[in-house]
Amino acid sequence: MSEAAARPAIEGWFTTGPEPALLASRCTTCGSVFFPRYEGFCRNPGCDGEEFDVTELSRRGTVWSYTDAQYQPPPPYVPASDPYVPFALAAVELPEGFVVLGQLASGYGVADVRVGTEVELVVETLHTDETGDRTIWRWKPVTELGEEADQ
Amino acid sequence: MTGSSNDRDVAVLGVGMHPWGKWGKHFVSYGVHAARAALRDSGVAWEDVDFIVGGETVRNGYGGYVAGATFAQALGWNGARVATSYAACATGAQALDAARARILAGLCEVALVVGADTTPKGFLAPNAGERWDDPDWLRFRLLGMTNPGYFALYARRRMDLYGATQEDFASVKVKNARHGLGNPNARYRKEVTVQDVMDSAVVSDPLHLLDICATSDGAAAVVLTSMDYAKRHGLTSPVRVRAVSTVTPTFPQTVIDMPLLSTDPATAVAPAELTFKQSIGAAAYEEAGIGPEDVSLAEVYDLSTALELDWMEDLALCQQGEAEHLLRAGDTTIGGRIPVNPSGGLACFGEAVPAQALAQVCEVTWQLRGQAQGRQVENARVGITANQGLFGHGSSVLLSR
Repeated sequence: MSEAAARPAIEGWFTTGPEPALLASRCTTCGSVFFPRYEGFCRNPGCDGEEFDVTELSRRGTVWSYTDAQYQPPPPYVPASDPYVPFALAAVELPEGFVVLGQLASGYGVADVRVGTEVELVVETLHTDETGDRTIWRWKPVTELGEEADQ
Repeated sequence: MTGSSNDRDVAVLGVGMHPWGKWGKHFVSYGVHAARAALRDSGVAWEDVDFIVGGETVRNGYGGYVAGATFAQALGWNGARVATSYAACATGAQALDAARARILAGLCEVALVVGADTTPKGFLAPNAGERWDDPDWLRFRLLGMTNPGYFALYARRRMDLYGATQEDFASVKVKNARHGLGNPNARYRKEVTVQDVMDSAVVSDPLHLLDICATSDGAAAVVLTSMDYAKRHGLTSPVRVRAVSTVTPTFPQTVIDMPLLSTDPATAVAPAELTFKQSIGAAAYEEAGIGPEDVSLAEVYDLSTALELDWMEDLALCQQGEAEHLLRAGDTTIGGRIPVNPSGGLACFGEAVPAQALAQVCEVTWQLRGQAQGRQVENARVGITANQGLFGHGSSVLLSR
């Protein structure tokens, strides 16, 4: 599948390119940051803000917890392959003070992370449909220099 | 001061269930079975019930499958006022709270609360169709995040932070299986060994299939009355509802919660002292004026084995990170210091969503009356229930003799 055909599985939730990042809504009144994007009334109960701008979230965070899906999830999940290949998931704590779920990067499993492991956001193919590759954000463990040979 | 009374108590006059299982019948018939059992248990005629509340049947958070009036019609229209509650796993408690409020307001004297469900096989999945603005749909589509996936996140955290092991989780199942052996309403009545759990397939690491509760058909019902009515009925010391907590979370909610993809931000507002689950129990204790040290037994929502351990801490039955110590010491087994899930819990029942919170109340009632044959917690005086479900719903009911 050509690069040109790769499109995010959902529009407006993350940037692509060499340094991809999640896109969040930031309340211009109180500074609360919401992901997935949310616009309307600020959900901080003490804030009457109604205006938001878009902000990129930190690309690195630490693992809050992690698991995997050893059985194929039911629809609307679209399996990337047949037969199904299990994938891992992590809830990642960002410096902004909240936790965002994501799959772990392709090739990584639960044995590669611990609570507290540093991870970085990457964009990879979630599945392929008739229009091409549909991409999604994923968390990739940060490896120190010298550890790359293990991968 | 658990024996003391206050003007906010209501009496549990009757409880009843339809056994949990896979029966292949319509859920209304389960509800009517449970309602009739509760009415028989109470000695109150259906014609005397002046308020009926139905717990809505749900599929993964989407309400709208049945109303309280469905049960009223099936029992035979009797002119009672009616209400319908939906609060995911807390549905039964919210329905109970509606009945309690109406009784305490003097607007009714006898209320019947019914919850019933028939549940599909396998993973609970969202409703069909493209639902790009629905987090419950998106978590499956974008991440393949199932319910056991969330349970597994909490379980893994216990392992990394507190040194819990998969054998600990399996031991919860072993304990609950033993508790439920003689429970006539339980679906699974079979001893399970740690090895059985460890040998079952891993669904979402670190949880095995036998760590995760099944989905079941089932129904539970409660007859609730004013204390005056109970007295006129000849009951001087009925089991009483002392508190019903149905609190919502406090912003920012910082524990990732099914079915969401993220938590609230703690950027502008510092997190509250208590997490959402901790606040559910705390509100019940505060309302009842009863503390965790007075609790004789707890019925908690063991959607997974590891979640039972979380609940023990969230209900302040022990310190954070200590639940495994109690488990290993046998403290949470019947006969121990604070038995947890003497009914056998969801491990033995499987989940029948709108009935489950009421089933917890039924069990605590039987325990407090000394009628929990084969699983009786000796000298049970105070029981607490707890559960949490989708979309900020959770509940805790505190009952005493």
